Amino acid sequence: MRIFPLGESALTVEFGNEISLELNRRSISLAAFLSANPFHGMVEAVPAYSSVTVFYDPLKVLRPHPQSSSSFAAVETMIREIVNRIEDTEINGRRIIEIPIHINEDSSPDMEAVCEFGGLDSKSVVDLFLGRNYRVYMLGFLPGFAYMGEVDERIAAPRLKTPRTKVPAGSVGIAGLQTGIYPLESPGGWNIIGRTDLKMFDAGSGEPCLLRPGDEVKFFAY
Amino acid sequence: MSLFVQKAGILTTIQDGGRTGSRSLGINPSGAMDRTAMSLINLLLGNNENEAVIEMHFPAGEFVFEVDCSFAVGGADLGAVLNGIEIANWSSAIARRGDSLRFTDRQNGNRAYLAVAGGFSIPEWLGSKSTNIAAGAGGIGGRRLQAGDRIGFLNPITCKTQRLGPTMTPKYNRFPTVRVIAGAEFDELTAISERTFLREGFKVTNESNRMGFRLSGMPISLLDTNRMVSAAVTFGTIQLLPDGQMIVLMADHQTAGGYPRIANVISADLPLLAQLGPGDGVGFRLVSIDEAEFLLARREKDLQFLRLGIRFNV
Repeated sequence: MRIFPLGESALTVEFGNEISLELNRRSISLAAFLSANPFHGMVEAVPAYSSVTVFYDPLKVLRPHPQSSSSFAAVETMIREIVNRIEDTEINGRRIIEIPIHINEDSSPDMEAVCEFGGLDSKSVVDLFLGRNYRVYMLGFLPGFAYMGEVDERIAAPRLKTPRTKVPAGSVGIAGLQTGIYPLESPGGWNIIGRTDLKMFDAGSGEPCLLRPGDEVKFFAY
Repeated sequence: MSLFVQKAGILTTIQDGGRTGSRSLGINPSGAMDRTAMSLINLLLGNNENEAVIEMHFPAGEFVFEVDCSFAVGGADLGAVLNGIEIANWSSAIARRGDSLRFTDRQNGNRAYLAVAGGFSIPEWLGSKSTNIAAGAGGIGGRRLQAGDRIGFLNPITCKTQRLGPTMTPKYNRFPTVRVIAGAEFDELTAISERTFLREGFKVTNESNRMGFRLSGMPISLLDTNRMVSAAVTFGTIQLLPDGQMIVLMADHQTAGGYPRIANVISADLPLLAQLGPGDGVGFRLVSIDEAEFLLARREKDLQFLRLGIRFNV
Protein backbone atom coordinates (compact mmCIF):
# COMPACT_ATOMS: atom_id res chain seq x y z
CA MET A 1 0.00 0.00 0.00
CA ARG A 2 1.23 3.45 -0.94
CA ILE A 3 -0.15 6.79 0.26
CA PHE A 4 0.69 9.93 -1.69
CA PRO A 5 -0.60 13.50 -1.68
CA LEU A 6 -2.91 14.74 -4.44
CA GLY A 7 -2.23 18.39 -3.73
CA GLU A 8 -2.49 19.65 -0.13
CA SER A 9 -6.22 18.95 0.17
CA ALA A 10 -6.36 15.26 -0.77
CA LEU A 11 -4.35 12.07 -0.59
CA THR A 12 -4.61 8.78 -2.44
CA VAL A 13 -4.35 5.38 -0.80
CA GLU A 14 -3.17 3.03 -3.54
CA PHE A 15 -3.59 -0.67 -2.83
CA GLY A 16 -2.12 -1.62 -6.19
CA ASN A 17 -2.11 -0.63 -9.82
CA GLU A 18 -4.25 -3.21 -11.56
CA ILE A 19 -7.85 -4.15 -12.16
CA SER A 20 -8.54 -6.79 -9.57
CA LEU A 21 -11.61 -7.81 -7.63
CA GLU A 22 -9.73 -8.01 -4.35
CA LEU A 23 -8.07 -4.59 -4.62
CA ASN A 24 -11.34 -3.04 -5.73
CA ARG A 25 -13.19 -4.55 -2.76
CA ARG A 26 -10.57 -3.14 -0.41
CA SER A 27 -10.91 0.27 -2.04
CA ILE A 28 -14.69 0.34 -1.86
CA SER A 29 -14.66 -0.97 1.73
CA LEU A 30 -12.27 1.76 2.87
CA ALA A 31 -14.24 4.49 1.06
CA ALA A 32 -17.50 3.21 2.57
CA PHE A 33 -15.97 3.07 6.05
CA LEU A 34 -14.67 6.62 5.77
CA SER A 35 -17.97 7.93 4.39
CA ALA A 36 -19.80 6.35 7.33
CA ASN A 37 -17.17 7.49 9.85
CA PRO A 38 -15.72 10.75 8.52
CA PHE A 39 -12.84 12.30 10.44
CA HIS A 40 -12.87 15.97 11.40
CA GLY A 41 -12.31 18.01 8.22
CA MET A 42 -12.95 15.15 5.79
CA VAL A 43 -14.77 16.19 2.62
CA GLU A 44 -15.29 12.90 0.77
CA ALA A 45 -13.72 9.54 -0.04
CA VAL A 46 -13.65 8.47 -3.69
CA PRO A 47 -12.96 4.85 -4.62
CA ALA A 48 -11.37 3.91 -7.94
CA TYR A 49 -10.15 0.56 -9.40
CA SER A 50 -7.54 -0.10 -6.78
CA SER A 51 -7.29 3.11 -4.77
CA VAL A 52 -9.22 5.55 -2.63
CA THR A 53 -8.72 9.29 -2.75
CA VAL A 54 -9.63 11.12 0.43
CA PHE A 55 -10.42 14.82 0.13
CA TYR A 56 -10.11 16.98 3.25
CA ASP A 57 -9.87 20.55 4.45
CA PRO A 58 -6.30 20.91 5.76
CA LEU A 59 -7.35 23.92 7.84
CA LYS A 60 -9.76 21.76 9.86
CA VAL A 61 -7.92 18.46 10.06
CA LEU A 62 -5.25 19.60 12.51
CA ARG A 63 -7.61 20.79 15.22
CA PRO A 64 -7.96 17.37 16.90
CA HIS A 65 -4.30 16.49 16.07
CA PRO A 66 -2.23 19.37 17.42
CA GLN A 67 0.83 17.12 17.75
CA SER A 68 0.93 16.33 13.99
CA SER A 69 3.48 18.11 11.84
CA SER A 70 0.99 18.58 9.00
CA SER A 71 -2.60 17.79 8.05
CA PHE A 72 -1.26 15.32 5.51
CA ALA A 73 0.68 13.50 8.24
CA ALA A 74 -2.40 13.45 10.47
CA VAL A 75 -4.66 12.02 7.76
CA GLU A 76 -2.03 9.50 6.66
CA THR A 77 -1.67 8.21 10.23
CA MET A 78 -5.42 7.92 10.64
CA ILE A 79 -5.83 6.09 7.34
CA ARG A 80 -3.06 3.57 8.09
CA GLU A 81 -4.69 2.83 11.40
CA ILE A 82 -8.13 2.39 9.77
CA VAL A 83 -6.80 0.17 6.98
CA ASN A 84 -5.30 -2.20 9.55
CA ARG A 85 -8.51 -2.31 11.51
CA ILE A 86 -11.35 -2.68 9.01
CA GLU A 87 -12.56 -5.94 7.63
CA ASP A 88 -11.73 -6.50 4.01
CA THR A 89 -15.32 -7.02 3.00
CA GLU A 90 -17.99 -5.17 1.12
CA ILE A 91 -19.80 -2.98 3.59
CA ASN A 92 -22.71 -2.07 1.34
CA GLY A 93 -25.00 -4.96 0.63
CA ARG A 94 -24.14 -6.04 -2.87
CA ARG A 95 -26.81 -4.90 -5.29
CA ILE A 96 -27.61 -6.67 -8.52
CA ILE A 97 -28.95 -4.27 -11.14
CA GLU A 98 -30.62 -5.67 -14.25
CA ILE A 99 -30.19 -3.60 -17.37
CA PRO A 100 -32.24 -4.32 -20.49
CA ILE A 101 -30.48 -3.55 -23.76
CA HIS A 102 -31.38 -3.49 -27.43
CA ILE A 103 -28.96 -5.25 -29.70
CA ASN A 104 -29.70 -4.45 -33.33
CA GLU A 105 -28.17 -2.72 -36.33
CA ASP A 106 -29.08 0.75 -35.11
CA SER A 107 -27.91 0.41 -31.52
CA SER A 108 -24.86 -1.80 -32.13
CA PRO A 109 -22.67 0.01 -34.69
CA ASP A 110 -19.49 -1.80 -33.63
CA MET A 111 -20.87 -5.35 -33.51
CA GLU A 112 -19.02 -6.18 -36.71
CA ALA A 113 -15.72 -4.92 -35.33
CA VAL A 114 -16.12 -7.00 -32.16
CA CYS A 115 -17.04 -10.09 -34.25
CA GLU A 116 -13.97 -9.54 -36.37
CA PHE A 117 -11.78 -9.11 -33.27
CA GLY A 118 -12.81 -12.48 -31.87
CA GLY A 119 -13.41 -14.29 -35.13
CA LEU A 120 -16.98 -14.88 -33.93
CA ASP A 121 -20.47 -14.44 -35.34
CA SER A 122 -22.72 -11.86 -33.71
CA LYS A 123 -24.79 -14.47 -31.85
CA SER A 124 -21.64 -15.75 -30.13
CA VAL A 125 -20.60 -12.22 -29.22
CA VAL A 126 -24.01 -11.52 -27.70
CA ASP A 127 -24.02 -14.84 -25.83
CA LEU A 128 -20.57 -14.21 -24.42
CA PHE A 129 -21.47 -10.65 -23.44
CA LEU A 130 -24.76 -11.54 -21.76
CA GLY A 131 -23.37 -14.73 -20.27
CA ARG A 132 -21.90 -13.18 -17.17
CA ASN A 133 -22.49 -10.42 -14.63
CA TYR A 134 -20.23 -7.42 -14.43
CA ARG A 135 -18.89 -5.60 -11.43
CA VAL A 136 -19.02 -1.81 -11.24
CA TYR A 137 -15.41 -1.03 -10.32
CA MET A 138 -15.76 2.71 -10.31
CA LEU A 139 -17.59 5.70 -11.76
CA GLY A 140 -15.88 8.46 -13.71
CA PHE A 141 -15.41 10.10 -17.12
CA LEU A 142 -19.02 11.34 -17.14
CA PRO A 143 -21.62 11.70 -14.38
CA GLY A 144 -22.80 8.14 -13.73
CA PHE A 145 -20.42 6.44 -16.19
CA ALA A 146 -19.63 3.03 -14.67
CA TYR A 147 -16.41 1.23 -15.49
CA MET A 148 -17.35 -2.46 -15.38
CA GLY A 149 -15.57 -5.71 -16.04
CA GLU A 150 -14.40 -8.03 -17.07
CA VAL A 151 -15.70 -9.17 -20.44
CA ASP A 152 -14.65 -12.44 -22.04
CA GLU A 153 -11.22 -12.12 -23.67
CA ARG A 154 -12.68 -13.15 -27.03
CA ILE A 155 -14.79 -9.97 -27.18
CA ALA A 156 -12.28 -7.64 -25.49
CA ALA A 157 -11.85 -5.44 -28.56
CA PRO A 158 -9.58 -2.40 -28.10
CA ARG A 159 -10.86 1.17 -28.24
CA LEU A 160 -11.62 2.65 -31.66
CA LYS A 161 -8.61 4.25 -33.32
CA THR A 162 -10.64 7.39 -33.94
CA PRO A 163 -13.24 8.11 -31.25
CA ARG A 164 -16.73 9.07 -32.39
CA THR A 165 -17.70 12.67 -31.83
CA LYS A 166 -21.17 11.59 -30.69
CA VAL A 167 -22.18 8.45 -28.85
CA PRO A 168 -25.89 8.39 -27.90
CA ALA A 169 -26.93 8.20 -24.25
CA GLY A 170 -27.52 4.61 -23.10
CA SER A 171 -24.91 3.12 -25.44
CA VAL A 172 -23.18 0.02 -24.06
CA GLY A 173 -19.55 -0.26 -25.04
CA ILE A 174 -16.53 -2.52 -24.78
CA ALA A 175 -12.94 -1.28 -24.39
CA GLY A 176 -10.54 -4.13 -23.82
CA LEU A 177 -11.73 -6.10 -20.80
CA GLN A 178 -13.90 -3.19 -19.64
CA THR A 179 -17.51 -2.51 -20.43
CA GLY A 180 -19.47 0.64 -19.73
CA ILE A 181 -22.69 2.52 -20.45
CA TYR A 182 -22.67 6.11 -21.68
CA PRO A 183 -25.10 7.92 -19.35
CA LEU A 184 -25.20 11.00 -21.57
CA GLU A 185 -24.54 11.75 -25.20
CA SER A 186 -20.82 12.35 -25.46
CA PRO A 187 -17.77 11.79 -27.62
CA GLY A 188 -16.36 8.31 -27.05
CA GLY A 189 -14.09 5.58 -28.35
CA TRP A 190 -15.59 2.37 -26.95
CA ASN A 191 -17.02 -0.35 -29.24
CA ILE A 192 -20.78 0.11 -29.05
CA ILE A 193 -22.66 -3.18 -29.09
CA GLY A 194 -26.03 -2.24 -27.61
CA ARG A 195 -28.17 0.42 -26.04
CA THR A 196 -30.38 0.68 -22.98
CA ASP A 197 -33.44 2.88 -22.57
CA LEU A 198 -32.86 3.08 -18.82
CA LYS A 199 -31.78 6.48 -17.57
CA MET A 200 -28.30 5.89 -16.18
CA PHE A 201 -28.11 9.51 -15.08
CA ASP A 202 -31.03 11.73 -14.11
CA ALA A 203 -30.07 15.08 -12.62
CA GLY A 204 -33.61 15.63 -11.34
CA SER A 205 -33.68 12.46 -9.28
CA GLY A 206 -32.68 12.32 -5.60
CA GLU A 207 -30.20 9.62 -6.57
CA PRO A 208 -29.02 10.87 -9.93
CA CYS A 209 -26.91 7.84 -10.87
CA LEU A 210 -28.38 4.37 -11.31
CA LEU A 211 -25.12 2.57 -10.54
CA ARG A 212 -22.74 2.75 -7.59
CA PRO A 213 -19.25 1.37 -7.11
CA GLY A 214 -19.47 -2.28 -6.06
CA ASP A 215 -22.78 -2.99 -7.82
CA GLU A 216 -23.19 -6.06 -9.99
CA VAL A 217 -24.80 -5.57 -13.40
CA LYS A 218 -26.73 -8.16 -15.35
CA PHE A 219 -27.51 -7.25 -18.95
CA PHE A 220 -30.34 -8.87 -20.83
CA ALA A 221 -31.48 -8.34 -24.42
CA TYR A 222 -35.08 -7.67 -25.34
CA MET B 1 -36.64 41.29 -8.65
CA SER B 2 -33.97 39.83 -10.86
CA LEU B 3 -30.79 40.45 -12.74
CA PHE B 4 -31.79 40.42 -16.38
CA VAL B 5 -29.29 39.01 -18.87
CA GLN B 6 -29.33 41.40 -21.82
CA LYS B 7 -26.34 39.76 -23.54
CA ALA B 8 -24.85 36.49 -22.43
CA GLY B 9 -21.16 36.81 -23.31
CA ILE B 10 -19.15 33.83 -24.60
CA LEU B 11 -19.07 31.67 -21.51
CA THR B 12 -20.99 33.00 -18.55
CA THR B 13 -22.00 30.61 -15.79
CA ILE B 14 -23.16 30.57 -12.19
CA GLN B 15 -20.42 29.17 -9.92
CA ASP B 16 -19.78 28.89 -6.20
CA GLY B 17 -17.22 27.12 -4.02
CA GLY B 18 -17.93 23.82 -5.80
CA ARG B 19 -19.95 20.66 -5.35
CA THR B 20 -18.32 18.12 -3.09
CA GLY B 21 -19.58 14.72 -2.01
CA SER B 22 -20.51 13.32 -5.44
CA ARG B 23 -17.14 12.61 -7.01
CA SER B 24 -17.58 8.88 -6.44
CA LEU B 25 -20.54 9.05 -8.87
CA GLY B 26 -18.40 10.70 -11.54
CA ILE B 27 -19.97 14.09 -10.80
CA ASN B 28 -17.17 16.63 -10.74
CA PRO B 29 -17.15 19.60 -8.35
CA SER B 30 -17.26 22.46 -10.91
CA GLY B 31 -17.12 25.78 -9.03
CA ALA B 32 -15.37 29.07 -9.71
CA MET B 33 -12.02 28.78 -11.48
CA ASP B 34 -10.58 31.60 -9.34
CA ARG B 35 -11.85 30.86 -5.82
CA THR B 36 -9.93 33.73 -4.27
CA ALA B 37 -11.58 36.30 -6.56
CA MET B 38 -14.99 34.78 -5.81
CA SER B 39 -14.34 34.95 -2.05
CA LEU B 40 -12.98 38.49 -2.09
CA ILE B 41 -15.90 40.07 -3.92
CA ASN B 42 -18.37 38.15 -1.79
CA LEU B 43 -16.68 39.45 1.36
CA LEU B 44 -16.77 43.02 -0.02
CA LEU B 45 -20.57 42.68 0.03
CA GLY B 46 -20.78 40.96 3.42
CA ASN B 47 -21.78 37.67 1.74
CA ASN B 48 -20.65 34.20 2.67
CA GLU B 49 -17.33 33.78 0.82
CA ASN B 50 -18.60 30.77 -1.18
CA GLU B 51 -21.89 32.40 -2.25
CA ALA B 52 -22.73 31.82 -5.92
CA VAL B 53 -21.35 34.43 -8.33
CA ILE B 54 -21.41 34.92 -12.09
CA GLU B 55 -18.20 33.84 -13.82
CA MET B 56 -17.48 35.60 -17.11
CA HIS B 57 -14.95 35.46 -19.92
CA PHE B 58 -14.35 38.15 -22.52
CA PRO B 59 -16.53 39.26 -24.25
CA ALA B 60 -18.64 39.23 -21.10
CA GLY B 61 -22.35 39.65 -20.62
CA GLU B 62 -24.53 42.70 -20.19
CA PHE B 63 -26.88 42.79 -17.23
CA VAL B 64 -29.79 44.96 -16.13
CA PHE B 65 -30.67 45.33 -12.45
CA GLU B 66 -34.42 45.12 -11.97
CA VAL B 67 -34.12 46.19 -8.34
CA ASP B 68 -31.74 48.36 -6.27
CA CYS B 69 -28.84 46.22 -5.14
CA SER B 70 -25.15 46.45 -4.31
CA PHE B 71 -22.78 44.41 -6.43
CA ALA B 72 -19.06 43.85 -6.72
CA VAL B 73 -16.72 42.93 -9.55
CA GLY B 74 -13.32 41.29 -9.36
CA GLY B 75 -11.00 38.72 -10.88
CA ALA B 76 -9.97 39.65 -14.42
CA ASP B 77 -10.45 43.36 -15.08
CA LEU B 78 -12.89 43.51 -17.98
CA GLY B 79 -13.62 47.23 -17.71
CA ALA B 80 -16.94 47.22 -15.85
CA VAL B 81 -19.23 50.13 -16.68
CA LEU B 82 -22.53 50.87 -14.92
CA ASN B 83 -24.71 53.22 -16.97
CA GLY B 84 -21.63 54.75 -18.57
CA ILE B 85 -19.70 55.15 -15.31
CA GLU B 86 -16.57 53.05 -14.81
CA ILE B 87 -16.64 50.73 -11.84
CA ALA B 88 -13.19 49.95 -10.44
CA ASN B 89 -12.26 46.29 -10.33
CA TRP B 90 -12.24 44.81 -6.80
CA SER B 91 -14.86 47.24 -5.55
CA SER B 92 -18.52 47.21 -4.69
CA ALA B 93 -21.02 49.73 -6.00
CA ILE B 94 -24.75 50.37 -5.82
CA ALA B 95 -26.94 49.68 -8.84
CA ARG B 96 -30.37 51.28 -9.06
CA ARG B 97 -33.34 49.69 -10.67
CA GLY B 98 -32.95 49.83 -14.44
CA ASP B 99 -29.17 50.31 -14.35
CA SER B 100 -27.20 48.40 -16.93
CA LEU B 101 -23.81 46.79 -16.27
CA ARG B 102 -21.51 45.91 -19.12
CA PHE B 103 -17.85 45.11 -19.67
CA THR B 104 -15.95 47.10 -22.25
CA ASP B 105 -12.42 45.74 -22.66
CA ARG B 106 -10.02 43.26 -21.16
CA GLN B 107 -7.24 44.83 -19.09
CA ASN B 108 -5.85 41.68 -17.50
CA GLY B 109 -6.78 38.13 -16.55
CA ASN B 110 -9.31 35.86 -18.24
CA ARG B 111 -12.09 35.22 -15.74
CA ALA B 112 -14.13 37.96 -14.13
CA TYR B 113 -16.66 37.64 -11.35
CA LEU B 114 -19.85 39.47 -10.48
CA ALA B 115 -21.45 39.09 -7.06
CA VAL B 116 -24.58 40.75 -5.67
CA ALA B 117 -25.25 41.64 -2.05
CA GLY B 118 -27.35 38.93 -0.43
CA GLY B 119 -26.54 36.47 -3.21
CA PHE B 120 -28.48 34.99 -6.11
CA SER B 121 -31.54 32.83 -5.70
CA ILE B 122 -30.47 29.60 -7.40
CA PRO B 123 -31.73 26.16 -6.38
CA GLU B 124 -28.98 23.91 -5.07
CA TRP B 125 -28.19 20.67 -6.85
CA LEU B 126 -26.33 18.12 -4.70
CA GLY B 127 -25.42 20.85 -2.25
CA SER B 128 -24.12 23.49 -4.65
CA LYS B 129 -25.34 26.19 -7.02
CA SER B 130 -22.46 25.70 -9.46
CA THR B 131 -23.25 24.99 -13.09
CA ASN B 132 -22.11 21.54 -14.19
CA ILE B 133 -22.39 21.68 -17.97
CA ALA B 134 -21.44 18.00 -18.47
CA ALA B 135 -24.28 16.92 -16.18
CA GLY B 136 -26.64 19.61 -17.46
CA ALA B 137 -27.47 20.53 -13.88
CA GLY B 138 -26.86 23.28 -11.34
CA GLY B 139 -26.81 27.01 -11.98
CA ILE B 140 -29.52 28.13 -14.40
CA GLY B 141 -30.78 25.02 -16.19
CA GLY B 142 -27.35 23.35 -16.07
CA ARG B 143 -26.11 25.53 -18.90
CA ARG B 144 -24.29 28.75 -19.65
CA LEU B 145 -26.39 31.90 -19.27
CA GLN B 146 -28.38 33.05 -22.28
CA ALA B 147 -29.80 36.42 -23.24
CA GLY B 148 -33.25 36.71 -21.70
CA ASP B 149 -32.41 34.79 -18.53
CA ARG B 150 -33.51 36.30 -15.23
CA ILE B 151 -31.46 35.46 -12.15
CA GLY B 152 -33.35 36.10 -8.94
CA PHE B 153 -31.86 37.87 -5.93
CA LEU B 154 -32.03 36.19 -2.54
CA ASN B 155 -32.07 39.34 -0.44
CA PRO B 156 -31.19 42.43 -2.48
CA ILE B 157 -29.73 45.15 -0.29
CA THR B 158 -27.63 48.22 -0.81
CA CYS B 159 -24.62 48.67 1.43
CA LYS B 160 -21.71 51.02 1.80
CA THR B 161 -19.40 50.90 -1.21
CA GLN B 162 -16.06 49.28 -0.50
CA ARG B 163 -12.83 48.87 -2.35
CA LEU B 164 -10.25 46.21 -1.71
CA GLY B 165 -6.98 47.61 -0.36
CA PRO B 166 -3.88 47.24 -2.55
CA THR B 167 -2.30 44.67 -0.24
CA MET B 168 -5.31 42.37 -0.61
CA THR B 169 -5.68 42.75 -4.37
CA PRO B 170 -4.43 39.70 -6.32
CA LYS B 171 -1.63 40.50 -8.74
CA TYR B 172 -2.18 38.61 -11.98
CA ASN B 173 0.64 38.01 -14.39
CA ARG B 174 0.60 36.44 -17.86
CA PHE B 175 3.64 34.29 -17.07
CA PRO B 176 3.41 33.30 -13.42
CA THR B 177 5.43 30.68 -11.61
CA VAL B 178 3.01 28.54 -9.64
CA ARG B 179 3.99 26.31 -6.77
CA VAL B 180 3.38 22.57 -6.96
CA ILE B 181 3.59 19.52 -4.72
CA ALA B 182 5.19 16.41 -6.20
CA GLY B 183 2.63 13.96 -7.57
CA ALA B 184 2.51 10.17 -7.49
CA GLU B 185 4.73 9.77 -10.56
CA PHE B 186 7.06 12.74 -9.97
CA ASP B 187 9.92 10.47 -8.93
CA GLU B 188 9.66 8.61 -12.22
CA LEU B 189 10.61 11.68 -14.25
CA THR B 190 13.98 11.35 -15.96
CA ALA B 191 16.61 13.70 -14.55
CA ILE B 192 16.42 15.87 -17.65
CA SER B 193 12.62 15.92 -17.55
CA GLU B 194 12.59 16.93 -13.90
CA ARG B 195 14.87 19.84 -14.75
CA THR B 196 12.71 20.75 -17.75
CA PHE B 197 9.57 20.66 -15.65
CA LEU B 198 10.99 22.88 -12.92
CA ARG B 199 13.07 25.30 -15.00
CA GLU B 200 11.36 25.79 -18.34
CA GLY B 201 8.26 27.76 -19.16
CA PHE B 202 5.21 26.17 -20.79
CA LYS B 203 2.74 27.81 -23.09
CA VAL B 204 -0.99 27.67 -22.44
CA THR B 205 -2.43 26.44 -25.75
CA ASN B 206 -5.74 27.12 -27.46
CA GLU B 207 -7.01 23.79 -26.14
CA SER B 208 -7.56 25.30 -22.72
CA ASN B 209 -10.89 25.73 -21.03
CA ARG B 210 -12.66 25.16 -17.72
CA MET B 211 -11.87 21.43 -17.94
CA GLY B 212 -8.15 21.82 -18.27
CA PHE B 213 -5.25 23.74 -19.75
CA ARG B 214 -3.16 21.90 -22.31
CA LEU B 215 0.41 23.14 -22.16
CA SER B 216 3.07 23.02 -24.81
CA GLY B 217 6.81 23.12 -24.31
CA MET B 218 9.86 20.86 -24.20
CA PRO B 219 8.61 17.27 -23.99
CA ILE B 220 8.85 15.42 -20.70
CA SER B 221 9.28 11.70 -20.16
CA LEU B 222 9.20 9.12 -17.40
CA LEU B 223 11.78 6.40 -16.68
CA ASP B 224 9.06 3.83 -16.50
CA THR B 225 6.00 3.90 -18.69
CA ASN B 226 3.95 1.29 -16.90
CA ARG B 227 0.27 1.45 -17.68
CA MET B 228 -1.85 2.90 -14.93
CA VAL B 229 -5.39 2.14 -13.91
CA SER B 230 -7.70 5.13 -13.45
CA ALA B 231 -7.71 6.89 -10.10
CA ALA B 232 -9.17 10.13 -8.79
CA VAL B 233 -7.67 13.41 -9.95
CA THR B 234 -8.44 16.93 -8.83
CA PHE B 235 -8.36 20.65 -9.67
CA GLY B 236 -4.66 21.40 -10.19
CA THR B 237 -3.48 17.88 -11.05
CA ILE B 238 -0.79 18.02 -13.75
CA GLN B 239 -1.03 14.96 -15.97
CA LEU B 240 1.56 13.84 -18.51
CA LEU B 241 0.02 12.88 -21.84
CA PRO B 242 1.53 10.18 -24.09
CA ASP B 243 2.99 12.83 -26.42
CA GLY B 244 5.20 14.23 -23.63
CA GLN B 245 3.05 17.32 -23.11
CA MET B 246 1.15 18.22 -19.94
CA ILE B 247 -2.41 19.09 -19.09
CA VAL B 248 -3.36 20.88 -15.88
CA LEU B 249 -6.83 19.90 -14.75
CA MET B 250 -9.09 22.81 -13.91
CA ALA B 251 -12.49 23.28 -12.22
CA ASP B 252 -14.54 21.16 -14.67
CA HIS B 253 -12.03 18.27 -14.77
CA GLN B 254 -13.23 14.69 -14.99
CA THR B 255 -13.24 12.95 -11.62
CA ALA B 256 -10.78 10.21 -12.61
CA GLY B 257 -7.85 9.87 -14.95
CA GLY B 258 -5.33 7.29 -16.04
CA TYR B 259 -2.36 9.45 -17.05
CA PRO B 260 0.75 9.84 -14.87
CA ARG B 261 0.32 12.55 -12.24
CA ILE B 262 3.51 14.56 -12.16
CA ALA B 263 2.45 17.20 -9.67
CA ASN B 264 -0.44 19.20 -8.25
CA VAL B 265 -0.66 22.97 -8.23
CA ILE B 266 -1.17 24.13 -4.63
CA SER B 267 -4.60 25.58 -3.85
CA ALA B 268 -3.17 28.99 -2.93
CA ASP B 269 -1.74 29.39 -6.46
CA LEU B 270 -4.65 27.97 -8.48
CA PRO B 271 -6.14 31.47 -8.91
CA LEU B 272 -2.98 32.67 -10.67
CA LEU B 273 -3.26 29.76 -13.06
CA ALA B 274 -7.02 30.20 -13.48
CA GLN B 275 -6.51 33.72 -14.83
CA LEU B 276 -4.36 32.52 -17.75
CA GLY B 277 -5.58 32.17 -21.31
CA PRO B 278 -4.21 30.88 -24.60
CA GLY B 279 -0.84 32.43 -25.40
CA ASP B 280 0.08 32.99 -21.76
CA GLY B 281 2.71 30.85 -20.07
CA VAL B 282 3.46 29.18 -16.78
CA GLY B 283 6.43 27.81 -14.85
CA PHE B 284 6.48 25.47 -11.87
CA ARG B 285 8.29 25.52 -8.53
CA LEU B 286 8.31 22.56 -6.17
CA VAL B 287 7.31 23.10 -2.53
CA SER B 288 6.71 20.74 0.39
CA ILE B 289 3.26 19.79 1.66
CA ASP B 290 3.99 21.66 4.86
CA GLU B 291 4.66 24.82 2.90
CA ALA B 292 1.50 24.36 0.82
CA GLU B 293 -0.56 23.92 3.98
CA PHE B 294 1.08 27.00 5.48
CA LEU B 295 0.27 29.07 2.38
CA LEU B 296 -3.34 27.92 2.44
CA ALA B 297 -3.61 28.87 6.11
CA ARG B 298 -2.10 32.26 5.35
CA ARG B 299 -4.65 32.90 2.62
CA GLU B 300 -7.40 31.96 5.05
CA LYS B 301 -5.95 34.41 7.58
CA ASP B 302 -6.00 37.18 4.96
CA LEU B 303 -9.63 36.46 4.16
CA GLN B 304 -10.46 36.43 7.86
CA PHE B 305 -8.73 39.79 8.26
CA LEU B 306 -10.78 41.19 5.38
CA ARG B 307 -13.98 39.72 6.79
CA LEU B 308 -13.43 41.54 10.07
CA GLY B 309 -12.34 44.75 8.36
CA ILE B 310 -15.48 44.84 6.23
CA ARG B 311 -17.71 44.11 9.19
CA PHE B 312 -16.35 47.01 11.23
CA ASN B 313 -16.36 49.37 8.30
CA VAL B 314 -20.00 48.91 7.27
